[in-house]
Amino acid sequence: MFGAGGGTSSYQEMEEADVIVLWGSNARETHPIFFHHVLQGIRNGAELYVVDPRRTGSAQWADAWLGIDVGSDIALANAVGREIIAAGLHNRTFIDRATTGFDAYRAKVESYTLEFAERATGVPREHIRELAHAYARADRAQICWTLGITEHHNATDNVVALINLALLTGHVGRYGSGLNPLRGQNNVQGGGDMGAIPNKYPGFQDVEDPAVRAKFEKAWGVSLPHEYGWHLSQMYEAMDRGELTTVYAIGENPCQSEADQHRAVRLMSNLEHLVVQDIFLTKTAQLAHVVLPAAASWSESEGTVTNSERRVQRVRKAMEPPAGARTDIEILCDLARKMGRDWGHPTAEEVWDELRSLSPMHAGMSYERLEAYNGIQWPCYDESHPGEKFLHARLWEEPVRGPRAPFSAVDFEPPVDELDEEYPIRLTTGRRLDSYNTGVQTGGYESPLRRGESLDLSPEDVRRLGLEEGERVRVSSRRGSVVAPVRIDGTLRPGLAFMTLHFPDEVATNLLTIDATDPRSGTAEFKATAIRIDRIATDGAENAAIAQGVGTQSA
Amino acid sequence: MDLHFGKARPTSAERRAIDEVLGPPESGWVGGRRRPEIDGRFARGGHEARSRRHLLLPAFHAAQARAGFISEGALTYICQRLTVPPAEAYGVASFYAMFSLTKRAPHVAHVCDDVVCRLKGAEEICERLEEYLGPSGSANTREGATWLRSPCLGLCEQAPAALVTRAGEKPLEAGMGAATADRVLEALRDAGPDDETLEDPPPVALPQFGDPELRLLARIGHVDPESLDDYRAHGGYEALRRAVELGPEGVIREVVDSKLVGRGGAAFPTGRKWEAVARAPVRPHYLVCNADESEPGTFKDRVLMEEDPFAVIESMTIAGFATGCERGYLYVRGEYPLAARRLSLAIASARARGLLGHDVLGLGFAFDVELRRGAGAYICGEETALFNSVEGFRGEPRNKPPFPVVSGLFGKPTVINNVETLVNVPSIVLEAGPKYAQTGTAQSTGTKLFCVSGNVARPGLYEVPFGETLARLLERAGGVPGGRKLQAVLLGGAAGGFVAPGEIHAPLTFEGLRAIGASLGSGVVVVFDDTADLRDTILRIAAFFRDESCGQCVPCRVGTVRQEEALHRLARGKAIGSAETEARLLEELAQVMRDASICGLGQTASGAVLTAMKKFNLFSNGGHR
Repeated sequence: MFGAGGGTSSYQEMEEADVIVLWGSNARETHPIFFHHVLQGIRNGAELYVVDPRRTGSAQWADAWLGIDVGSDIALANAVGREIIAAGLHNRTFIDRATTGFDAYRAKVESYTLEFAERATGVPREHIRELAHAYARADRAQICWTLGITEHHNATDNVVALINLALLTGHVGRYGSGLNPLRGQNNVQGGGDMGAIPNKYPGFQDVEDPAVRAKFEKAWGVSLPHEYGWHLSQMYEAMDRGELTTVYAIGENPCQSEADQHRAVRLMSNLEHLVVQDIFLTKTAQLAHVVLPAAASWSESEGTVTNSERRVQRVRKAMEPPAGARTDIEILCDLARKMGRDWGHPTAEEVWDELRSLSPMHAGMSYERLEAYNGIQWPCYDESHPGEKFLHARLWEEPVRGPRAPFSAVDFEPPVDELDEEYPIRLTTGRRLDSYNTGVQTGGYESPLRRGESLDLSPEDVRRLGLEEGERVRVSSRRGSVVAPVRIDGTLRPGLAFMTLHFPDEVATNLLTIDATDPRSGTAEFKATAIRIDRIATDGAENAAIAQGVGTQSA
Repeated sequence: MDLHFGKARPTSAERRAIDEVLGPPESGWVGGRRRPEIDGRFARGGHEARSRRHLLLPAFHAAQARAGFISEGALTYICQRLTVPPAEAYGVASFYAMFSLTKRAPHVAHVCDDVVCRLKGAEEICERLEEYLGPSGSANTREGATWLRSPCLGLCEQAPAALVTRAGEKPLEAGMGAATADRVLEALRDAGPDDETLEDPPPVALPQFGDPELRLLARIGHVDPESLDDYRAHGGYEALRRAVELGPEGVIREVVDSKLVGRGGAAFPTGRKWEAVARAPVRPHYLVCNADESEPGTFKDRVLMEEDPFAVIESMTIAGFATGCERGYLYVRGEYPLAARRLSLAIASARARGLLGHDVLGLGFAFDVELRRGAGAYICGEETALFNSVEGFRGEPRNKPPFPVVSGLFGKPTVINNVETLVNVPSIVLEAGPKYAQTGTAQSTGTKLFCVSGNVARPGLYEVPFGETLARLLERAGGVPGGRKLQAVLLGGAAGGFVAPGEIHAPLTFEGLRAIGASLGSGVVVVFDDTADLRDTILRIAAFFRDESCGQCVPCRVGTVRQEEALHRLARGKAIGSAETEARLLEELAQVMRDASICGLGQTASGAVLTAMKKFNLFSNGGHR
């Protein structure tokens, strides 16, 4: 937020909040550890609001669930903002002192009336009003989100629309109030913090800032690029143009995890040279020219991870890696040596200490202190600094230290993959409790909850299409088609379907999804695909007419 | 909530019966018809939904009264309505003896075979019923009727007793005194006696009727229990007026000065309890009237509730006023259908007249009463188990501390008093505490109700000032009839102890009985003549505790079983080692249960057994009499 990409609050604050809004997040299933803190908050009396097209496991815990249309988040957020202003519930003191751009924001949201939002989101206006009032009136309020917000073509706008609400009400920079993107893995936060993003050096220092660049060039003894690199979607485009011919993928399975999988596989297959460093022989690794077997970073090597509350924690080696597998540091240093740079044989702690010398927000986090405090939350500027429970306290200082937080007026744009008569059903994707992403890390284990991939449909759609539970149907989008068994899911409404990408070998869901990508974050719109459903006749011929007349319009 | 429901659905009759209690479902998400356009866009849940869990027991009662058992479909529907995981709800329903989770005949006779009724021929009734209907508890859906052995039904003065329940469109429940097998079978028949005949209350056994000394029982038999006007004509609601004049502190002062102590068995000073809750900063405060009178041999609260229900409501109102409670729960044991009916009527009449509600009598305070029915669990008379039961959980006692005055019902400061305790309050308020304290002894003030039953000439409910001797009380009851001699008296019920004929001159006070190793308990006085088989009695008592132990803590769960086993071995003359080693084992079990059980059930489960063995030399001849 406002420069550094991390949740503003600590988990403990969830336990002491008055209102928690989970927006586009099914934390109950996808962030079960985080959700324990939410449950503690509920137990302590917090009200939970869940905004999600599906009535998920999280939504079933909620005091109120708002079942919006997929991709209508900005319409809802702007209407909430408008209602807060109209009801006089915005925090004028905070707005005047700590923000910029309020007038433009107010002008922008003026047209987002409750009536408009009801049409755009499908949620009755009184419930939108209730959410607005509950959030604005709360003493401590949290907004938490996940991929329901970010896996859209306008992901950044979605995030900004939520940030605006916190600025409007002053629900940021104070204990108990905040804005929290929940990270999907134990160390997604750490990856970004360490500079594994195309525009930042470690510690969110800008690549295009000459002073920053000079610092890193001096430390590393090399000259560094002057411009931002490519994010993943831009890399695919560059592959398509023939500009990117060599890829070194570390711990990533893009052949199955990316939208429009046909295209992803084609592009990866056409590379001149593909190196994959992983602990499993993934689909991507199977296409590689060179596979570098790696040690597991959570048990076979030393290091740190950083969670969603910005807490850096030590990871300790518990066992030897299997024969031939080596730690990432060993592999990278060997590679450097082959390229003529001798980095020696640094320990994980030595690498970390170099990071601390270059990233001010990590400077105070010695291994010794990380162990003593059971992890430290960044920023931690020196060895006397305890770390920060929550970010942006400066916005409440008088006068505000540093730049003020800007409102960004954004408009609602519906998903790129539009519904029409041919593709009348909205497919959204997500995860289930027992499986993780493409199943690389979870598919190897038994789970009593696992039931394989399915096309989840509302009972009404199943009835209308004359389908039966378990029947295999063809699911087609404008990009591809897959065959999947039907499952009746009462948490879905007519016109809304759900699939996961947990079982790409059985059902390659990402053959359906669209790679319409947010230009700033590089994230594709996995959450909104227009599909049709065709029955497969017993003789193998397909009945193409079946899906006609089904969908949100006729529902 | 993470709720997973099976596919079973309720019948429309069950659904109607449950909706009668819970109101119609608000949406398709909570068991209503699915409305995709509305329910697909919004759902309410969370705190509001979970806060309705306390309606679980009333909903179970409704389902069972309609179908004769709680079907899987009914259970599922109730869980959807109340946002309760079905596995948890199953655990709650199966906790209570009166609920059946498997299909059984809609007409059921619960036949008391407990301590008192055994003296009066209960076993003969059971034998006859077994001939006609098969063994106790057989599903017997073909006959449409079945019967069950039951622990004490609280009709001891009319023993032997039964309770008949008929499920259906117009469910019926009625207690039956002076039961015979023929009357029970008649009541079970489809074309049996009509509802009104069956529900006709038996005459009250009040041997002191007309005695001007009566205080708690003064109105009984004189007042129409279904008429608020008649209650007021007999002095009702004068005390509430007086209480409001005194103010909350004034009322508590009078109660403290009266030295009133709890009549449920524990004898805790009522005034101190009230003071603690009145002062508690946490809000809201709750009042609970413990009417889960289940101690075998006890029926005093039943008589009060059946015959003078408005007195209970008025007393609760005064208590609520004094301690800052706006809501009182009245928890009546499931075996008391007539008491529940009359109390419901009393509550409704009081509400209609503004004697309950948001502004009682226009005097500026709010108080209302909610009636809850138990469903056959002795343990729910334990105060914290009762809270769990009201809240919709299994009736398992909680650890103390925290005590109810700090964290009771719904985790809030709670006054919990027994019915008899509360009905002392109006006279304390009217005549002032110090005056009240002049009756009885210095340490045991006021009068006490005694439930006299068994082998006496005039069984019934007696009210005597504290300090009168047991001998005098037995004299009032006409002594042992038929030229028989007194063998023993069970004082305080199954949780109390036996008194030998030589000890009956002890005064009936808390302190006086302690001297002979007995306790007043809930005021049970069961008289055994010299033909009674005390071994049979203590075996029944041991079985009672084994059956009623909630099973939560090990000393009680295991100890009550071991105790019963040892007694059976002694009774069969098959002692392991000798009768002395078995006696030592029983002593040891008793010690462990007293020291380590978390509630009073385990702590008192061996009292009657041990006193009987010590005082009556029951197994000296190898168990054969």
